[in-house]
Amino acid sequence: MQRLSSALFLLGLGLLIAAIFRGMEFGTVAPIVGQAINSAAAEQVGAANFVTAVVLGYRGFDTLLELTILFTAATAGGMVLGKRSPTAKRDPDAGFILQAGADLLFPLLVIVGLYIILHGHLTPGGGFQGGVILASAFFVPILARPGTRMSHTAVSTIEGLAGASFIFIGLLAMFGGEAFLTPLMGQGELGALLSAGSLPVLYLAVGLKVGSELAGLLAQLSESEAVD
Amino acid sequence: MQWLVLVLVVVMLTSAVAVLVLKDFLAALAALSVVSLGLSVLFVILRAPDVAMTEAAIGAGLSSLLFALALRRLGLWRNGGRP
Repeated sequence: MQRLSSALFLLGLGLLIAAIFRGMEFGTVAPIVGQAINSAAAEQVGAANFVTAVVLGYRGFDTLLELTILFTAATAGGMVLGKRSPTAKRDPDAGFILQAGADLLFPLLVIVGLYIILHGHLTPGGGFQGGVILASAFFVPILARPGTRMSHTAVSTIEGLAGASFIFIGLLAMFGGEAFLTPLMGQGELGALLSAGSLPVLYLAVGLKVGSELAGLLAQLSESEAVD
Repeated sequence: MQWLVLVLVVVMLTSAVAVLVLKDFLAALAALSVVSLGLSVLFVILRAPDVAMTEAAIGAGLSSLLFALALRRLGLWRNGGRP
């Protein structure tokens, strides 16, 4: 009976997906909103990367909610999996090659992450991608030396400050009489590093928040005791 | 370009089936990140570099790390998945 209902469910799902994809061609899009944004974003927002113009300019509130969802998921994951009994033994340090590799990788990953965050309004990438790279950069030393502890107060302080500054920049626009999260500070020259108003600052906040959140989650998970 | 897409789709489907079939959880995890990596290359072909970066960083990198740490926490990462 259960198998029959599963098969019926799969059949229905397959029909639904097939019906959706019948009208779509691979690699072509139906440009309705896209064309309007492509023609207006450079003037209205001033970001050379139009994806950033959408993510932070036109849809900044969605990004705030995305950050909230990520925060909730990271908190729940840490609560469920991050337990540790005080007597549990720690993993031994890794070998020489992994330790030397971690020391080499750490500064490179930090630079790449910061570059992607700070150039989010010019080139592909931005706060989320750069934040994930920052988080993995700060996890690499823990992978090589499991005995070292990441300061959870520092991580949560950075995370809280970054999240608060994102909302604060949004509120600043409201004090100026605009809508929440309207880009501020003028647009500057299209394609320059200091352009697109407050968008780079917002992306820096997003990157620091995502990075510290995920680094804290990874560190907490790796500190949890392993079941052998 | 069509050929590249075909090869990618075949690789992704094969490794997606391998995730279901493999007994070793860590090997299944590696196959899962192959699916994500192929998907990110598909996004590059579709000219969506932003999404491709997100998929490569989160799908292939961070989520497999999270899965590996969760397997370690649950004691399923050695002996071919038998606790």
